[in-house]
Amino acid sequence: MDHPAHTITESQNMRTTRHVFNVILRDPLALISTVIIIFFILIAIFAPFVAPYPDQGQGSTNASDTMHPPSAKFLLGADRLGRDILSRIIYGARPALVVPIGVVLFAVLIGAPLGALAGYKGGWVDEVIMRITDLFLAFPSLLLAMAIAASIGRGLDKAAIALVVSWWPWYTRIARGAAVSLKEQYFVEAAQAIGVSDTVIIFKHILPNTLSPILVQATVDLGTVILAMGGLAFIGLGTQPPSPDWGLMISEGRTFILDQWWISTYPGIAIFIVVLAFNLLGDTLRDIFDPRQYK
Amino acid sequence: MRAFEFIFRRILTAIFVLIGVSLITFSISHVVPTDTAALYLGSTRARPADLERIRIKLGLDRPLPVQYAIYMKDLVHGDLGDSIATKRPVLQELTDRLSATLELLFFGMFIATLIGVPLGVLSARWQSTWADVFVRIISIVGVSMPAFYLGLLMQIAFFRNLDLFPLSGRVDSNLRFTNPIDPVTSFFLLDTFLTSNWIALKDVFHHLVLPGFTLAAYPIGLIARMNRAAMLEVLGQDYIRTARAYGIRERVITYLYALKNAISPTLTVIGLTVAYALTGTFFVEVIFNWPGLGLFTVRSLLALDYPAIMGMTLLGASGYVLINLIVDLLQMWVDPRIRLK
Repeated sequence: MDHPAHTITESQNMRTTRHVFNVILRDPLALISTVIIIFFILIAIFAPFVAPYPDQGQGSTNASDTMHPPSAKFLLGADRLGRDILSRIIYGARPALVVPIGVVLFAVLIGAPLGALAGYKGGWVDEVIMRITDLFLAFPSLLLAMAIAASIGRGLDKAAIALVVSWWPWYTRIARGAAVSLKEQYFVEAAQAIGVSDTVIIFKHILPNTLSPILVQATVDLGTVILAMGGLAFIGLGTQPPSPDWGLMISEGRTFILDQWWISTYPGIAIFIVVLAFNLLGDTLRDIFDPRQYK
Repeated sequence: MRAFEFIFRRILTAIFVLIGVSLITFSISHVVPTDTAALYLGSTRARPADLERIRIKLGLDRPLPVQYAIYMKDLVHGDLGDSIATKRPVLQELTDRLSATLELLFFGMFIATLIGVPLGVLSARWQSTWADVFVRIISIVGVSMPAFYLGLLMQIAFFRNLDLFPLSGRVDSNLRFTNPIDPVTSFFLLDTFLTSNWIALKDVFHHLVLPGFTLAAYPIGLIARMNRAAMLEVLGQDYIRTARAYGIRERVITYLYALKNAISPTLTVIGLTVAYALTGTFFVEVIFNWPGLGLFTVRSLLALDYPAIMGMTLLGASGYVLINLIVDLLQMWVDPRIRLK
């Protein structure tokens, strides 16, 4: 069974999706950013086929070419263990992109329903959820993530868990704001009037309509989460050697920065370009629908 | 009276938040799979009897709620426990390093405000011209550049290639013999100034430049962007149109009428960026070997020095809560409408 109100919101969603595509196609910066992001996602997926030295990309050492400067053999040079930097950047795109996308996804999956519940229910439920949220927001996010990552043990997966724990409250806040204004709308009141249960209302009517502000915020956050993952790896709490990771590569080359500058410089450029692309895309999306209007 | 009530309520909330925060930091350090007693002895193969003795000494044999109660009791008395790595009181370790970090943080935020706010105003006043495009590029590059990468680029450019600024550290080690710094406040810029130690002042400043700008990059980007948005919003309002209709010069409108009303949102952003900069100091201190809280925290994190980690997370959260409180009070002072609400 479909409520008429629900059908209307669905067609609205379709229309906004098409609108977003049109805007991205027309805005050159957003288009380039999207192309860059897709490019990096593709090389992350097809890493074994595009990397010149797939085994070195994954960590196996090559003692005969330590600190090899950029050349025809190693386009971007080789590191302390003789591994091709280009191959490691290509393999490093996996943790750099896939993991932050997963982090934001899980943070949304935890944060958004809680926020929708708080906003829709109000009263003590709202009070309890939002006060807990406030506690997590009282920390600088990265500091909290560092402390959690250190205590549950180092590693890419642990760093990801730590970031999810410190990131979900942001989405709770946004979803709550959206839910509070949606609660007053006719289609929600109509659903209540015909006796639809709260759970169904929250998941079928409230949550889908909080999606657009949350998606915008998530795109904007992706750049920040990529930086945070890189930062955790840089100080030694994220990906552990010999796995490839851009932040870790920068840290590994730090000691040799004045002479073998290529070890740190190229992975740094990779992080910078990807974060820049997400920020530019996020800016465009934010111009289309400003998530702050729900706060 | 209203203002007093507002301040009182905000401080009370802050205290409750900090109690909750202590619960979180306590939980983080007690869900750990590692054995703190073994860490304390510096060996995983210590004799069981020794481990047991340390466990009892550290109170690890008591139930968790009791441990939390003891932790809170010590906390109220200003005791954050002893660092496992250095065996010194954590509070001592933190206060010894606080001034180095604060000096870097203030210097960085000072640069960021000094550059970010004018950039935002410029960008809004000359909206859609090349100046606007230029500022927007600067701000997006600023927020996209990892501090732990920018620092290295700074070292390559300004130490290796141009030899303008020192590679790392807070002060040249030779100064200890030629022009020793008298630690009046432990803020070296201030100390050297107060004691007229000009040679040391110049050296301290030189050491601050690269880490300061590295730290400032992100805040510059964020402040410029937010200030631009705030200015544009104000410039679109009726009273500005009226002022224009009266033939008041654009410069006067921008700096006298518009900027004043854009200050309140800009203050919020500056407060927010201080929090970012606080975690930014961790990376900057690691890269520039800056003897502050960040370097200490990163070492403690890697060594699983829990008392130190707990102390630092607590300090970080308190600092954050304090900054937010200050921003709220400043806003109340800048914008009377908040007081009357």
